[in-house]
Amino acid sequence: MIPAAFDYVRAHSAQEAISLLSEYGDEAKLLAGGHSLLPMMKLRLAVPTVLIDIGRVDDLSYVRDQGDHLAIGALTKHGFLETNALLNSECPILAHVASKVGDPQVRHRGTIGGSLAHSDSASDLPAAVLALGGTIVAQGPNGVREISSTDFFTGYFESSLAEDEMLTEIRVPKSPGANWNYQKFNRRAQDWAIVGVAAVRVGNSTNVSLVNMGSTPIRAEAVEAALKAGVNAEEAALHAADDTEPPTDLNASPEYRAHLARVLTKRALQASGL
Amino acid sequence: MVLGGYASSFVLARDEKGDTVEISVTVNGDTKTDEVEPRTLLVYYLREELGLTGTNVGCDTSSCGACTVHVNGESVKSCTMLAVQADGQEVLTIEGLAPSATELHPMQESFRENHGLQCGYCTPGMVMAACSLLKENPSPTEIEVREGLEGNLCRCTGYHNIVKSVLACSGQDLL
Repeated sequence: MIPAAFDYVRAHSAQEAISLLSEYGDEAKLLAGGHSLLPMMKLRLAVPTVLIDIGRVDDLSYVRDQGDHLAIGALTKHGFLETNALLNSECPILAHVASKVGDPQVRHRGTIGGSLAHSDSASDLPAAVLALGGTIVAQGPNGVREISSTDFFTGYFESSLAEDEMLTEIRVPKSPGANWNYQKFNRRAQDWAIVGVAAVRVGNSTNVSLVNMGSTPIRAEAVEAALKAGVNAEEAALHAADDTEPPTDLNASPEYRAHLARVLTKRALQASGL
Repeated sequence: MVLGGYASSFVLARDEKGDTVEISVTVNGDTKTDEVEPRTLLVYYLREELGLTGTNVGCDTSSCGACTVHVNGESVKSCTMLAVQADGQEVLTIEGLAPSATELHPMQESFRENHGLQCGYCTPGMVMAACSLLKENPSPTEIEVREGLEGNLCRCTGYHNIVKSVLACSGQDLL
């Protein structure tokens, strides 16, 4: 399978990428690791006429300690996150979730910024950043803005990034310790989650997010509210599928996904002691 | 993004376009300079431009790992990388692994010794993925080998001896 023809330009900085985006408009796509975009281009589900390669913008690969939170460069690869000592100590859930994406080859190429910008509700990292209540930093021609992860995912493969904006950084609150868990349910190695659940203690609150339970990654608000009201994990988990519209596909019906969400939420809450 | 029927007519017209870009890639130690279309996938560049057909195309959807090569020392699926992305980078394929024409690389030797292959189609990718795995984790457990080769499928289901080959090459006790 060969992608449709396109013009290729390489950006050496975020600034250059943004000015190229402004120049080419919605015909262009940013290429980071390419592990979401290239498969879609090979299937010709995505047909950009220009690819702006940002894979060599080296100064956007990092994990930095910023006091109460960590800043992660958009072009940081999953394999880097998986083994990064700072992330493993200060935000272990994110390092763990990165290690569950695809397979080692995918993690050598795929980037966290690419995964979030792709906004696939079946992906692991978007749901983890949502559970953490992270912030997405976007840079455009008029400067930088911060987008709360709760406002970032707007629809099926859609985010609130503007056409001339580039995701440059992800900020997550420090959440050290053992009160976290990620349940990824799939039937084959390297697959996407049929359903996934991320649970993590951030400060005084217990946050729960769901993978592949709607057109975007979502917070299990009913579970969080029940926990806040003092209900135990087992009973709170019964609300995991409340107000969700899970998709249907060859792997699972909406009813099966709802069942999985309740079971996996219970497991995630119990395993993390939340 | 363009979807559905609109995509096919639109895309067919664009198939005739063929602007090329010059790339310079170090493959198995030799620097190669070529003109490629931007949409050329690394695996097709290796196989069809350079004649390095040891790297196989299996699923062509980044699932099976038959096309695994190393880019700058790390395993990647060359069906899911553009040749232009390899510009200026170092690529190692199965042909470049052995130290000489008469010697095998220790991982190749271990696959041979432990019968780590049946039909052989997945083997180049398995060997490249296994070398990358041991570079990151020199003494993996059996489970770590199995998880580390998660991205490589053997359609003969010959995993037992593949895992045995990797463990043997890591200098550990066999299963």
